Amino acid sequence: MAINPKKHEMPSQEPKVRAHNFNEVTLGYTMQIAVEEAQRCLNCKNSPCVSGCPVNISIPEFIAHIKESDFEGAYQVISKSSSLPAVCGRVCPQESQCESKCTLGVKFEPVGIGRLERFVADWHNANSKEQPVMSAQNGHKVAVVGSGPSGLTCAGDLAKKGYKVSVFEALHTAGGVLVYGIPEFRLPKAIVAKEVEGLKTLGVDVETNVVIGKTLTIDELFEQGYEAVFVGSGAGLPKFMGIEGEAFKGVYSANEFLTRSNLMKAYRDVVDTPIMKGGKVVVVGGGNVAMDAARTALRLGAEVTIVYRRSMTELPARREEVEHAQEEGVVFKLLNNPTKILGYNNPENPRDPKNGFVTGIECIRMELGEPDAKGRRRPIEVPGSEFTLECDTVIMALGTSPNPLIKDTTKGLEVNDHGGIIVNEDALTSRHGVYAGGDAVTGAATVILAMGAGKNAARAIDEYLRREER
Amino acid sequence: MYKIARKKELNPTVTQMEIEAPMVARKALPGQFIILRVSEEGERIPLTVAGCNKEEGTVKVIFQIVGSTTEQLNHKKEGEYIQDFVGPLGRATETEGRKRVCIVGGGVGNAIALPVAEEFHRLGANVTSIIGFRDKNLVILEDEFRACSDRVIMMTDDGSYGRHGNVTVPLKELLEAGETFDEVITIGPGIMMKFVVATVKPFNIPVTVSMNPIMIDGTGMCGGCRLTLNQNGRKVTKFACVDGPDFNGYEVDFDEAMSRGRMYFDFERHAHEATCNLYKKA
Repeated sequence: MAINPKKHEMPSQEPKVRAHNFNEVTLGYTMQIAVEEAQRCLNCKNSPCVSGCPVNISIPEFIAHIKESDFEGAYQVISKSSSLPAVCGRVCPQESQCESKCTLGVKFEPVGIGRLERFVADWHNANSKEQPVMSAQNGHKVAVVGSGPSGLTCAGDLAKKGYKVSVFEALHTAGGVLVYGIPEFRLPKAIVAKEVEGLKTLGVDVETNVVIGKTLTIDELFEQGYEAVFVGSGAGLPKFMGIEGEAFKGVYSANEFLTRSNLMKAYRDVVDTPIMKGGKVVVVGGGNVAMDAARTALRLGAEVTIVYRRSMTELPARREEVEHAQEEGVVFKLLNNPTKILGYNNPENPRDPKNGFVTGIECIRMELGEPDAKGRRRPIEVPGSEFTLECDTVIMALGTSPNPLIKDTTKGLEVNDHGGIIVNEDALTSRHGVYAGGDAVTGAATVILAMGAGKNAARAIDEYLRREER
Repeated sequence: MYKIARKKELNPTVTQMEIEAPMVARKALPGQFIILRVSEEGERIPLTVAGCNKEEGTVKVIFQIVGSTTEQLNHKKEGEYIQDFVGPLGRATETEGRKRVCIVGGGVGNAIALPVAEEFHRLGANVTSIIGFRDKNLVILEDEFRACSDRVIMMTDDGSYGRHGNVTVPLKELLEAGETFDEVITIGPGIMMKFVVATVKPFNIPVTVSMNPIMIDGTGMCGGCRLTLNQNGRKVTKFACVDGPDFNGYEVDFDEAMSRGRMYFDFERHAHEATCNLYKKA
């Protein structure tokens, strides 16, 4: 049988329909599509895909189970390496990880590994009656700071080893960026809630509304009998450009805009949190967060333009997200950079309620020059090419710097120039018994890298506490 | 869920609540704030800590009924619960080395000014409190201020109680008469704090202001609470939730902060009316 050169397409909501709702965009493979897609896998000897996975899932092995329609078997293989398959199957950048190494990809499109992972996880969640079982307790307590992907992973791995784990979350809902950052249409919150519930059945305590560094310090956690602490406090303060007008009403950081919509559910009419809806929105930036913000604004009824200073080739967002955004009607204005945000000002009437609201954004055209240190071509302004885009809302999606709360309240915790916590290869910080991982260490990165860091830390914490016991 | 241990109406638009939150009570210091959510559909709002009882594990908040959320909060009765209560957030007010201070509070801002005044009093500083209200009916916490201040100057906008006029009037008189303070601390509406700063400026006395911008997470994640400081001619963006809420009054861009505070004015007015109507129906 000849191999289908193309990945099976992902069933999705029609772009015109989904541009107006917050339901999940992609619907997932059916059983039949999954089995057919699995059959594309060559099961090659050296399995290069595994090396492309930050948590080294035995990819050909789980795909082999799908070929046999043994979906639970496939799930068991994945869950040996990944604690959040339903999440990673949706938000991992597979095209630059496992799928980029796929042998089939040399000639054809690679196997849709991510789509298969998601299928398996969803199948398990819908059909498996097996409840996670609490492991025999070993009597040791570990605290996990933050309930994002790194914290949940670390907590899950340690709980399975018999540790009593408490997860402390600053917000009112557990899940971290999976809840406040990634929109419902890309990652339904019910999936995150299910993962958190699963952890609780493993015996993990999840305490919301506790800000480590404020409500309790790391030192107090040790005083309370925790023997090790994992810090997965995530990304922090949003970056702005430092241009004129960023304080006008209608200028949001992507974090704020997405938090209002995702965590606070401002897109639903029954909730109290306000958000600027409709009109014209300009999103500045080219990462996944920019795409999420743009597509959220679109669903809230706006005409949306993305302004990015480099070209499509350099755009850091996942291809799939960019394509989805384009299909839904987001306009890309590439090779442009904002120089100033314009606001309304009625000199006749200082009490005019429109005063101080955004009216537009001034941009300048860019061209690409020599590659910079990272090999990306540096954008250079084209003199005199300024122009104005009219808009009501500007969303700055320029990344974040690590959260200062823990650094400021933990003596002896070393951080780098960017504020990221310094760790060794075992995720150990400069403080005895304190481990860290995820965005708090690396600055803004991906869910799977954070998960990998959480796993690594769980392993290291286990080894450390076993050493201490001896 | 967090229990409302006690509730008291301070005046028709201002309510005091003591909420059971032992972890917050253990840590909270004057100048810090909490964030609460009344219900599952509610928004997160910041309220400055107005005091706490560490033994009992309760935190006192005082709020003015200005929008939908404070309206909903005010409808909660003693013994009922609110959804979320997290803190203490922000940095505590600096008190070290101040021997003589002047506290200038306006309206419900006095509720936040009081624990600061009490803390200075406890530390042995000489405290002058200038407290202003719109009229006599809105006066709150007078006895409490008298108990912790060496001198209280009561002001009302309409002269119905205490002296007639703005808080800046007696402040200017004191300074012109040669009074000196190690610091003036002002807490109240933006416009009042702006004029307090302008009043004190010629006398070269440090002024600390307590900012109260719109916030969501309160932990340095969303950036909604950002404000601009002018530091030696350079504009610097700061975040009230982690860098404040107290700032050097001479550096704060008040016009910008006040404008940003009105971002959802229309939305809130609408929501407030909707909430009121809902309660009318119920």
